[in-house]
Amino acid sequence: MAAETKTAFEPVIGLEVHCQLATKTKLFCGCEAGFGGQPNSRICPICTAQPGSLPVLDDEALNLAITVGLALSCTIRAKTKFDRKNYFYPDLPKGYQISQYDEPLCEHGFLEFEVEKGATKRARVLRVHMEEDAGKALHPEKTSSSLVDLNRAGVPLVEIVGMPDLASPAEASAYLQALRRLLRFAGVSECDMEKGSLRCDANVSIRPVGETKLGTKVEIKNINSFRNVERALVFEIARQTEAMQSGGKIVQETRSFRDTEGTTVSMRVKESADDYRYFPDPDLPVFEIDPARVERLRKALPESFLVKRARYRDAWGLTEYDARVLTEEPATARFFEAVVAAGLPPKAAANWVQGEVLGWLTESKRELETLQTTPADLVDLVKMAERGELSHLAAKKVLRQMLDTGAKAAAAAQSLDLLQIRDASSLGATVDEVLQQEAKIVGDYRGGKETALNALLGRVMRATKGKGDPNLIKELLLQKLGPAGPAK
Amino acid sequence: MARLPPELTRSARAIADAVRSRKVSARDVADHYLERAARHDGTVHAFLHLDPAAIRAEADAVDRRVAAGDASGALLGVPVAIKDNLCTRGVPTTCASKILADYRPPYDATVVARIRAAGGVVFGKTNLDEFAMGASTENSGYGTTRNPRDLARVPGGSSGGSAAAVAAGFAPLALGSDTGGSVRQPASLCGVVGLRPTYGLVSRYGLIAFASSLDQVGPLALNVDDTMLLMEVIGGHDPRDSTSRKVDLAPLAKAPAPTLAGLKVGVPAEYKVEGVEPEVRAAVERCEQLLVKAGARLVPLALPLTPYAIPTYYLVVTSEASSNLARFDGVRYGPRADARELSHMYGLTRAQGFGDEVKRRIMLGTFALSAGYFDAYYKKSLQVRQRILQEFTEAFTKCDFVLGPTAPTAAFPIGEKASDPVQMYLCDVFTAPAPLAGLPALSIPCGTTKGGLPIGAQLQGPACSDFRMLRVARELEKLLALDLVPCDPASAPAPTNGGASRGR
Repeated sequence: MAAETKTAFEPVIGLEVHCQLATKTKLFCGCEAGFGGQPNSRICPICTAQPGSLPVLDDEALNLAITVGLALSCTIRAKTKFDRKNYFYPDLPKGYQISQYDEPLCEHGFLEFEVEKGATKRARVLRVHMEEDAGKALHPEKTSSSLVDLNRAGVPLVEIVGMPDLASPAEASAYLQALRRLLRFAGVSECDMEKGSLRCDANVSIRPVGETKLGTKVEIKNINSFRNVERALVFEIARQTEAMQSGGKIVQETRSFRDTEGTTVSMRVKESADDYRYFPDPDLPVFEIDPARVERLRKALPESFLVKRARYRDAWGLTEYDARVLTEEPATARFFEAVVAAGLPPKAAANWVQGEVLGWLTESKRELETLQTTPADLVDLVKMAERGELSHLAAKKVLRQMLDTGAKAAAAAQSLDLLQIRDASSLGATVDEVLQQEAKIVGDYRGGKETALNALLGRVMRATKGKGDPNLIKELLLQKLGPAGPAK
Repeated sequence: MARLPPELTRSARAIADAVRSRKVSARDVADHYLERAARHDGTVHAFLHLDPAAIRAEADAVDRRVAAGDASGALLGVPVAIKDNLCTRGVPTTCASKILADYRPPYDATVVARIRAAGGVVFGKTNLDEFAMGASTENSGYGTTRNPRDLARVPGGSSGGSAAAVAAGFAPLALGSDTGGSVRQPASLCGVVGLRPTYGLVSRYGLIAFASSLDQVGPLALNVDDTMLLMEVIGGHDPRDSTSRKVDLAPLAKAPAPTLAGLKVGVPAEYKVEGVEPEVRAAVERCEQLLVKAGARLVPLALPLTPYAIPTYYLVVTSEASSNLARFDGVRYGPRADARELSHMYGLTRAQGFGDEVKRRIMLGTFALSAGYFDAYYKKSLQVRQRILQEFTEAFTKCDFVLGPTAPTAAFPIGEKASDPVQMYLCDVFTAPAPLAGLPALSIPCGTTKGGLPIGAQLQGPACSDFRMLRVARELEKLLALDLVPCDPASAPAPTNGGASRGR
């Protein structure tokens, strides 16, 4: 093929995200909606599709789904219905999935996310609809049979369908991160990709730069981690670009991401659209959604992380960095705000939480949720330091002890023997000893070298193993030596 | 030998009262019906499953309960035969399909649980057209049921086993299900009473779905009073069924009886068409005359959408059935065909498990729901349903109830329509409209043909008028003064051709 100037292409990306709603029970039955467990330990006649069983919508799931819509600034339908999506697969007990087809609960929203430091972008959300999860088909190696675990069958999901507004793999990744954070802060989902409570399919096409029409779209499935969103898209865009530049064509198809190789492989070609024979589920009535209910949920909607971040920065004077770190996870923000509420100024609270508590969590690979130390415990500690009972350095040590053992501040300080010595007579004796031992430095001081005082202070601190109250020691030294210069 | 005084064999209510006052034991009642079934069901084949030991144990439990001083329960000691598409915990429930051979549900349908709670004795599982698809019980995967009044003829369907069981005196009460006439038409052909309640008045939880938007469980009995008795037990809101109406049944059941004087009875011109047997027409006209004599007024009606009911009905039921029956895939229950590949396993399991009529409907429904056809078929059918409801709603501004024949003919010979599905579908011409509109309707015996075959009259009423309608029917029943007793299958005309076989 003749070497010509190659056309430059740009990608167009849209994500379809499935997110498990954090309800106690499944969407249409009373079974617990947990993760894992003995296979088929959370099942009943309804979620195993025993003949004659019927679905009843979980009201809590509806609330959470509306909340998702509100968090994404969607319009909430006044009436919503459920439809059956018909297909056969062993993990789909009824032979159809109860989903929402042409009248999704929420529509026309958007997600704001950060593309680069400080620069945000708005990606449109086409729709958010409710549906039930399928079970899990297992194919044990070295056997000719397959197994089905229906614990997950009927777990409530929302599918969040994004518009093709993302222009790069990095944007797609940022969008997904922001979406996850938004949903976690809204309290609607754990959004844990490892546990499958957040799943992402990516639609991607390419087009010549400057073209406004969309190219042929390919759907990528089985993207199982945040890192892989970018990996899968980078690969797929390169594949499509190469195909186009070598005169090939893109086929509309579904491809599967292969984690080990970082590639995508064709699963099935969509010659004609899959026919799921959607029709309204006659077992479920049309649900009328009271505007008062939507308003109630809107009022109860927790502050989004972006609003929080701005508030920390603008109203509380935190650095951009601190504000960002403290709004990574809802638990962190909650802890930080509780520390502020318990009486620490935001700046100080940020330093302690961000610098010390989070640092400890990272080192010890622990989660904030499992921490025994409460915000009040932390505030107690800081107050002890403020009262001079602990040096700043000692306070940090005590905090580590508290975090390690769950001890309260006073007990931890006691057990580490780090309470500051503020007794003038015992400190005075140590000062006297040091003055005797350090005749040379004393001589320097007498010779008019003022900085020698600090050297002496350091010697006394060392002699007290860092527990002496530096202010008191300085006072005692001055008392005993007088100003720098010859003794009077 | 029969241990029941004859007056008890005519009335379920009388049985419950006698058990309550300990004039008779529930065990004696059960034994009476078990003996009759043992003697005649070899010929009639109303039951797919009948476990005498379990029934006696249930009856004994009722007797112990009464002996212990608890004589509550409207159905105390009353045997109730259950159509085999209603789930009974641990008891085979097959829908008369090979695909559910030996399936034992892990739970009781709400209606079954309510019968047990009322002291009723679950008395066997009755035959039906496979998955309730049919009007003759010939589509059963386990052999045809014979009409106990004429063993050469069909009992109607799909609740043919339940209607035959009541008519033959195998049980005083039975439950059926009615999607397009499956309670009323067999009631008519067997000479018993059958009610299709307002959609949502009786829970569908545990009724194996055929067409969810139309299926309703309904009672069958020898007379209207017993029908009402069973309806009071099974009806009322059930939180397990999202389509269940939040209606308090008690005030409806206890409302004062309407008088026939001044009652406006609608008589649609469309019900007096060609294809209705003259004897059927004459029997229904006799009802009209009796009602008029009692002070009722006949209101001529036009229900021009009547002929559209059947095509509409068959679009709705096939569409919904194609989806409802997807769960019978050999994965979780029922026989599984051996195959190397998943799709083959599905195909073979379903090919071997479903009968022809079921396959036909699944294919029609799959087609009707396909992309590009949905609007023309299913969606259109929903629109026609709305129109039919409007037509009825308008009619009920002019009259209280609509009267007509339940079925165009009396019981037809076994085999006559079996090979012609369209002829079979036309059996539903008068029973399909009410379900499409969600309205209640009932069939009561109103006479016989010269050959002694029962004829049924149908009343249709506005939503939730079930009990008022039953009371009117009870008045009409008095005027008709028929002798409503179980027939003796031994003295019925014998089968002339092949027909019934216990194909299990």
